[in-house]
Amino acid sequence: MSEPLAIELSHVNKWYGRFHVLKDASLQVKKGERIVICGPSGSGKSTLIRCINHLEEHQSGRIVVEGHELTRNLRAIDEVRREVGMVFQQFNLFPHLTVLENCTLAQTWVRKRPKAEADRIALELLERVRIKDQAQKYPGQLSGGQQQRVAIARALAMEPKVMLFDEPTSALDPEMIGEVLEVMVELAEEGMTMLVVTHEMGFARKFADRVVFMDYGRIVEEAPPEEFFANPKNERTRQFLSQILVGH
Amino acid sequence: MSDATLQREPPGRPWRAVAFEWLRDNLFSSWTSAVLTLLSIAALVTIIPPILDWAIFHAVWSGEDRAACLGPGKGACWPFIASRWGQIVYGFYDAVERWRVDIVYVVGAIGLAWLMIPRLPVKLWVGIAMLTAFPALVYVLLSGGMFGLPIVPSTKWGGLLLTLLISLTGIVVSFPIGILLALGRRSTLPVIRILCVCFIEFVRGVPLITILFMASNLLPLFFPPELTFDKLIRALVAVSLFSAAYMAEVVRGGLQAIPKGQSEAAAALGLGYWRTTAFIVLPQALKISLPSIVSSCISLFKDTSLVSIIGFFDFLQVIKAGNSDPVWSTPNTAFTGYLFAALVYWGFCFGMSRYSAYLENTVGGGKVGAGRT
Repeated sequence: MSEPLAIELSHVNKWYGRFHVLKDASLQVKKGERIVICGPSGSGKSTLIRCINHLEEHQSGRIVVEGHELTRNLRAIDEVRREVGMVFQQFNLFPHLTVLENCTLAQTWVRKRPKAEADRIALELLERVRIKDQAQKYPGQLSGGQQQRVAIARALAMEPKVMLFDEPTSALDPEMIGEVLEVMVELAEEGMTMLVVTHEMGFARKFADRVVFMDYGRIVEEAPPEEFFANPKNERTRQFLSQILVGH
Repeated sequence: MSDATLQREPPGRPWRAVAFEWLRDNLFSSWTSAVLTLLSIAALVTIIPPILDWAIFHAVWSGEDRAACLGPGKGACWPFIASRWGQIVYGFYDAVERWRVDIVYVVGAIGLAWLMIPRLPVKLWVGIAMLTAFPALVYVLLSGGMFGLPIVPSTKWGGLLLTLLISLTGIVVSFPIGILLALGRRSTLPVIRILCVCFIEFVRGVPLITILFMASNLLPLFFPPELTFDKLIRALVAVSLFSAAYMAEVVRGGLQAIPKGQSEAAAALGLGYWRTTAFIVLPQALKISLPSIVSSCISLFKDTSLVSIIGFFDFLQVIKAGNSDPVWSTPNTAFTGYLFAALVYWGFCFGMSRYSAYLENTVGGGKVGAGRT
């Protein structure tokens, strides 16, 4: 294996009480790779990516992110979180802070950047996600699509090497999905390592290097999109695709 | 309110029509509301004029002793309050040393006003000074024994001075302790959580009077005789801890209202527990619990009158003591004293309540909880 891996999961298991959410999940992500994870709800796809920045704890197996192995060790968790940005389904912006402050808070306290530099970086990113003019507003004054773009800028401000997207468009009104996907596409084109949990199969088809299908906590199938959509090997994958692609 | 509802009535409409419509919509919209309106008016007409009559129109406004207030048809005996003014404000503080209390009042009032008026600058520094230098100044000035100031023992402090001292100390000290207890109660570390739960539930299960008794009578039995604290300090600690337990529950309510996604987002950005708490969770939780926090403060302010049980002459106790003064003994004296006490308590509490309403509308700009779908 010559190419360096960004993320390596091997034989990861996780239980909620007696419920086995992740069953022996193994996945290797190369630097710069774009992975789309899909599957029916409850299949463990969100849990899988939330384990990567330790919002959820795995109980067995190994997770290595950018060379740091995730253990119980708090320092290891910090190291990993420095390298990994995350965008949530519900945006989770901080409602009591302005858009700009949302993007600078962690820069100042975690990256220890002086205020002027943090502001400059935040404004650049807000410009990139085309929302710079809203910098002084509060999240509650923005539309869902705008909020999600701010959330992307907020994560990028920490200069992560990996970005995790947990159903970033599922809480959005249909007319706002496009503007968020557009930002994600740009990010993908810049070579960011991305793991995206989504039902947006159009996005997966065009921009994923690999599509991963999960069912009942297992990674059932992984393949490049052409192959995944044209010629799914697993019966469950075929079933899922036929359900989700109705009307596409 | 939207702009449309703020628009004035179209000009030229006779005011009679407007008034009639308002009455019909608000007071007589149905038979029940009409009956209730009339009953309320009747009640007000029966109660208010006699009170005004007694407290203002037939009240006695000047006089040297009870003679002025005696006699048929006379109302409230206000000169009684005037003659007691010194005790009400200073307690039994030595008369020649009262300037020291005055300085405390003035500096405290300026400091508080500075913090409350939004336009004034350097709030952070004033706040720090009020929390560090001001208590030191109060201690040095009121106790004396330093810088050539004669000692005035805390047993002589009383009246409004004591009431304000106890309630402000209680509020200021209980706030941070309450926050820590609330965080501790939600901690994932079992030892901390159990300790906090035990403390909160113990204190909330015991009346303040009991805690004051314990602080004043029981506590000295546990400590070696050379280690004695001033009784006032023990009372202050008791009141602060009592209030902290209630504050903790109020703050916990606010903490629980903050969605989990907030701390997850902060964690994903690499912020640790304390920074997440300080910058993300607490500011939102405190804003939500602000009305209850102020309710707690108001309760505490009124509960301070219980320190009379362990022998302190707080504001209410000074007035009560004055009621039985033979020089002013008339049928109206006690009523006058209590009416005055009620007005003063009401003034402070209403002030706090209005300030909290103002804060609710201004603090933090963005609406907490907005922006979630």
